[in-house]
Amino acid sequence: MYRYDSYDQAMVDARVAEFRDQARRRLEGKLTEDQFKPLRLTNGLYLQLHAYMLRVAIPYGTLDSRQMAMLATIADKYDRGYGHFTTRQNIQYNWIKLEDCADALADLATVEMHAIQTSGNCIRNISSDHFAGAAADEVVDPRPYAELMRQWSSFHPEFTYLPRKFKIAVIASEKDRAAMRLHDIGVRIVKRDGEVGAQFYAGGGMGRTPMVAPLIRDFVPIDQFITYAEACLRVYNRYGRRDNKYKARIKILVHELGAAEYIRQVEEEFAHLLSVGVEPPREELARIAEYFALPPFRHPSESWDLEQLQSKVAGDPSFRWDDGFGQWVRQNTHPHKAPGYVSAVISLKPAGGIPGDATSDQMRVVARLAKEYSFDELRVMHTQNLLLPHVRIADLPAVWAALDAAGLGSANMDTIEDIIACPGLDYCSLANARSIPLAQRISERFAQSGRTELVGELKLKISGCINACGHHHAGHIGILGVDKKGKENFQLSLGGSEAEDVSLAKITGPGFDEDGVIAAVETVTEVYLASRTEGERFLDTYRRIGMEPFKEALYG
Amino acid sequence: MKILTGNDLRSGAVTWWNGTGWSLFVDDAVDVGEEAEEILAREEAARRVNAPYACQATIDAAGHVRPAHIKDRVRALGPTVRRDLAVPTAQKTGWDWVI
Repeated sequence: MYRYDSYDQAMVDARVAEFRDQARRRLEGKLTEDQFKPLRLTNGLYLQLHAYMLRVAIPYGTLDSRQMAMLATIADKYDRGYGHFTTRQNIQYNWIKLEDCADALADLATVEMHAIQTSGNCIRNISSDHFAGAAADEVVDPRPYAELMRQWSSFHPEFTYLPRKFKIAVIASEKDRAAMRLHDIGVRIVKRDGEVGAQFYAGGGMGRTPMVAPLIRDFVPIDQFITYAEACLRVYNRYGRRDNKYKARIKILVHELGAAEYIRQVEEEFAHLLSVGVEPPREELARIAEYFALPPFRHPSESWDLEQLQSKVAGDPSFRWDDGFGQWVRQNTHPHKAPGYVSAVISLKPAGGIPGDATSDQMRVVARLAKEYSFDELRVMHTQNLLLPHVRIADLPAVWAALDAAGLGSANMDTIEDIIACPGLDYCSLANARSIPLAQRISERFAQSGRTELVGELKLKISGCINACGHHHAGHIGILGVDKKGKENFQLSLGGSEAEDVSLAKITGPGFDEDGVIAAVETVTEVYLASRTEGERFLDTYRRIGMEPFKEALYG
Repeated sequence: MKILTGNDLRSGAVTWWNGTGWSLFVDDAVDVGEEAEEILAREEAARRVNAPYACQATIDAAGHVRPAHIKDRVRALGPTVRRDLAVPTAQKTGWDWVI
């Protein structure tokens, strides 16, 4: 993975020193909150319902064991022993004190981490496919391109005060595991006739006005990739609305101009920028790519495949194939590009648990496993889970045993228990309703009834307000919490997807109270089970039979 | 009644105006009536509180202060999903009034 050079480290260290001075002046009363707020937000420090919250960037979700161990240390030293992994592959601490924040940032800087550009109207942390560098189906590893974008977008003087925040995802496979088309800019790295290039989508997003990004350029040569991104940003920065924050995202600009006109303007700007020459030298991309070289995998003859694994553990009661371990292997591992290896998903969704939360002890367990079994690499998934990207199939029993002992062995990836939920009204000052209790009750109910496996792939996403941090628009089942005359109320929606078959969910009808929406989730899964044909996922059945049978069951 | 709340500048903890200063306990909140704006301006200017605002509340039969809006009730005790992290009053008053 990428390591800071002296410029990176100097920039981060300088920012810590600058923030330390700003926080000191605020605490001494020399800055008002109005003066200090934009400064703290630029460094990822929010004020939430109960305390300050610090959001730490994890570029494209990649980190190593020493970084994960430091995240655990931060949780113990400055917070309350846990952290919350987010849908932008970051981590948030909920109880940071202002007087401690600069020390926390200084500790993070010792392991090449920071909280810069995790808030504010700038280019946020670049996200990517959590299986990047390991997935059997990727064209190339997208992370060198994401890293180049990170370096280009960090402290970019022209894009410090955009009309609104700006989110970019970079993937490199046909399968979309990063909600790429629901980003302000989505980039898919592709190969055409052996040449690597970038496919650009622009104007997607969730929030109060969800939109799927249209394709704006089918192929940009890779040595013009940053130049094209700069052109997209320049047009947005020039013409994006600044008079109304709810109309300020690029999706509104692309929608109001029309994709064709936006493309025309971007192409014009692109031609101009090509003449100026803003692209980083190819050598820089090559230098970055060296950090993402494949680890030294063992020869296939030294590793097992899954069938061999099954026969090796047969008869061992600790690793039953029809339950526990076998279920985890089937559900939580993903095909790897190297024979004898898989990527192993660490679920942060125990039944009845808080989606995305991990204790400091759990973080240390994960750090140790990454070091011992995954070439010191870890990923944060946008689904609020963690990932060991390169695990030998032969090592899976040892990995699962350690995870299970730490409460991290749930076998529920992409099931109805693998719920994305924003912090909601339990933590967030913007929320109208609580998200986490719904996730807890739904996951517990399905786990106890044993129907999770029967229902199969079903992506349930919950947001506590219209800002859609819980991605409810993209849920096969989505739940949006609203305030109805001072009481929590929940709108149910069906048919969303953030994958390559992207679609936006549609609201079923009138909302429900907490008990009602949990019953409604059960009702729609029953309609699905009664209606599905062989091999159909919930989403497939919904798309085939439409909304009416679900509405009929819900509202009669 | 109208009460005042905000966050402590140093720690970020939720605080309530008790008539002379800022308390961690919602039961200490006092009715500020028409003085809300004046107190808010003075306390914020003195950097004794962060992002303060006025909110409506009632006093129940047992004498407990109960903010009217769900958001302020959640703020009063802490995350409903991490009751182990709640402010100490939660152990005495219970949670049934929050939601």
